[in-house]
Amino acid sequence: VKVLATYNIKGGVGKTAAAVNLAYLAAADGYRVLLWDLDPQAAASFLFRIRPRVKGGGKALIAGKRPVDEAIKATDFDNLDLLPADFTYRNLDLHLDGERKSTSRLRNLLGPLRREFDLVVLDCPPGISLLSENVLGAADLLLIPLIPTTLSVRTLDQLTEFVADMDRHQPGILAFFSMVDRRKRLHREIAEELPAKRDDVAEAAIPALSAVERMSVQRAPVTAAAPRSQAARYYLELWRETRTRLGLSQVPQGS
Amino acid sequence: LLSAVREVAEFVLDRPGDAHAQGDGFPQISGSRFKVAATGQSRTVRRIWLDTFDWRLFRAGVTLEYTAARGARELVLTARDGELIAEQSMSTGRPRWPARIEQLPAGPLREHLSAVIGVRALLPVVRATSVQNKRRAFNADDKTIAILTTERTTLTQPAKATAPPRVTVGHLRGYQTQAFKLADALAEVPGVMRADQTAFEAAMRAAGRRPGDYTSKINVRLSASMPAARAVCTVLTSLFSTAQANVPGTIRDVDTEFLHDLRIAVRRTRSVLKLAGSVLPAGMADRYGPEFKWLGDLTTPTRDLDVYLIGYPAMASKLMAATEPELRPFHEYLTRQRATAQRQLARGLRSARFATLTTGWSRDLKQVVSGSPGRGPATGRFAAGRIRKAHQRVLRAGGVIDASSPPQALHDLRKRCKELRYMLEVFASLHDPGDQWRAVKELKALQDCLGEFQDTEVQQAELRAFARKMVAEASAPAETVLAMGEIAAGLAVRQRAARGDFAGLFTSFASAHGQARIDALTRAAS
Repeated sequence: VKVLATYNIKGGVGKTAAAVNLAYLAAADGYRVLLWDLDPQAAASFLFRIRPRVKGGGKALIAGKRPVDEAIKATDFDNLDLLPADFTYRNLDLHLDGERKSTSRLRNLLGPLRREFDLVVLDCPPGISLLSENVLGAADLLLIPLIPTTLSVRTLDQLTEFVADMDRHQPGILAFFSMVDRRKRLHREIAEELPAKRDDVAEAAIPALSAVERMSVQRAPVTAAAPRSQAARYYLELWRETRTRLGLSQVPQGS
Repeated sequence: LLSAVREVAEFVLDRPGDAHAQGDGFPQISGSRFKVAATGQSRTVRRIWLDTFDWRLFRAGVTLEYTAARGARELVLTARDGELIAEQSMSTGRPRWPARIEQLPAGPLREHLSAVIGVRALLPVVRATSVQNKRRAFNADDKTIAILTTERTTLTQPAKATAPPRVTVGHLRGYQTQAFKLADALAEVPGVMRADQTAFEAAMRAAGRRPGDYTSKINVRLSASMPAARAVCTVLTSLFSTAQANVPGTIRDVDTEFLHDLRIAVRRTRSVLKLAGSVLPAGMADRYGPEFKWLGDLTTPTRDLDVYLIGYPAMASKLMAATEPELRPFHEYLTRQRATAQRQLARGLRSARFATLTTGWSRDLKQVVSGSPGRGPATGRFAAGRIRKAHQRVLRAGGVIDASSPPQALHDLRKRCKELRYMLEVFASLHDPGDQWRAVKELKALQDCLGEFQDTEVQQAELRAFARKMVAEASAPAETVLAMGEIAAGLAVRQRAARGDFAGLFTSFASAHGQARIDALTRAAS
């Protein structure tokens, strides 16, 4: 199983949109995918029409009192299951802190799911916390949405350094530009120059498109609801780059 | 197609033409918090349900189904409650039915089946085509929680028929509770009933048949007061239909048990003619006795070779000095001999003599059953007399056997035991089941011992004869003959052990207790 995490310290940069669409595209490719909505705001759960509730809450899940697989719900799409968010996830840091080996807890929780899924996508809340450290410890690849500004490039550098300082497992990093506004010169320049210079920045970028925003009205990934739309095509390009970086074979095993 | 669903309930639509129904007969679920919408997904599945001729899978409470849809072929074994036991993809080669266990791909499914069906072949019992339509059921959030599959099945075998439409409710992961509530709502709809039969049983019913309708056992109900002639004919009629049922499978050589069941029916018929034929119209027993002997003899060579071939793996595994490859020419010889014997058997079963025997026998039996009862004895008294007599003959024949008696004395006793056993079985429906079971149990132990003694002796003699023939036609290397010698030695050891067990078993059978059991049985019947 490969673990992909969409992550950024900042909120509202397109983490959930990327997680939901890439999870859908991976499932459509035939991979068995689990999307874990770790954000107490529960946007990913909402998009799949799944109620954000986990029996026993985040505490029981983290403590291992309730098996993770009992909380999993099927989405309306083949090969794609979701572990819903729960409002108690806002206290996940607290619960993680109470556990032994508190930074590798998430990785251990995913252990039993290795046989059942080919890809686990973690949709993380913004911020930097014990949960983020757990995500870094569990992920094979961090997918980082960046708004094309100078400040956000600095954030990427900071994160890269932080990962390089980790003494055990170090995830790969793939940043991509998100909410790109073609009318803004700065957006255009950064989004064109940086991928050429740095190989941790994806060629594919997601423009600011109303189709992406409309996902919350239609309650479905844009890649599923409007697979021929421009937005869907951009996500497909991003998925192809991500798939290569994850080292996933083109045709899933057993399909 | 949405998958990963597990079944939570199954329904039968008994009013498919209902006014409230949607296009394909799917009922409207009114007043429910669930909405249902067609997915437009429809598929046609060709299905074959399989079982052995004697319904071993049905009797073991399992269902075996072969399905083919969109190029995907599968063999699926389920328990009666629909729980999956094992499945096997058959996409690599189109299977041919009937199939014996070794003709199926190796895997867990074959292992499961092997334990249940043994040497019997799998035959198509029902052939059908199902059209399946899928619907989604949504909750208040418009989230799919279950898949409803409507299934309309048309049969082509065993008869052209249409089974009542079925609906299965399968839940999506994490939505089992809601799916159960949906199933409860569906159960409230008029014309929708929870299925109390599997799809297989429903298909059989639609074709007017019942699974499990064949048994090689004598399956008749006699009463003590009915005329004995009619009782005997009823038994003979039952035996005749068993024999007849096994003839096509024997001719086509589907599996070895067709011949086995045919032989037993013939042997029982001969015993009834011999021991109870006196109540039949004059000359009937004398006329048919030799014909059934001919039929019995016709079946002997093939069955004898079957016994060797079935026992071959066990035989080979017991070799101490020789190895299985050294014995293999013997196996090849047996296989060739069997092919010849089988051809002769099939020819005999297609002959005019066999046809004359069966038409005449069937006609004469019917005449006795429907004719006027005459003045013969009543069944209860008659049966008791025959059983007592057969029992006395066993006691006499066994009582004179000691350590110095020749093998022939034991062979004769074995025949007397068989006669008693057949009489007990023929008139079983007159007896208390408990008394019957106890009487047969002790007799069976004695028969097993005598059978082991005689079979091992006959097989030793046959092995010698096989070896002589194989050497004469230069088809046996010296190693093979040595390996056969080892097997003969093993048989001699077994025969000696059986002889050692005999005295104890006979003493127990002939004891006052054993005598009392037969007395109880016959007193109650008469």
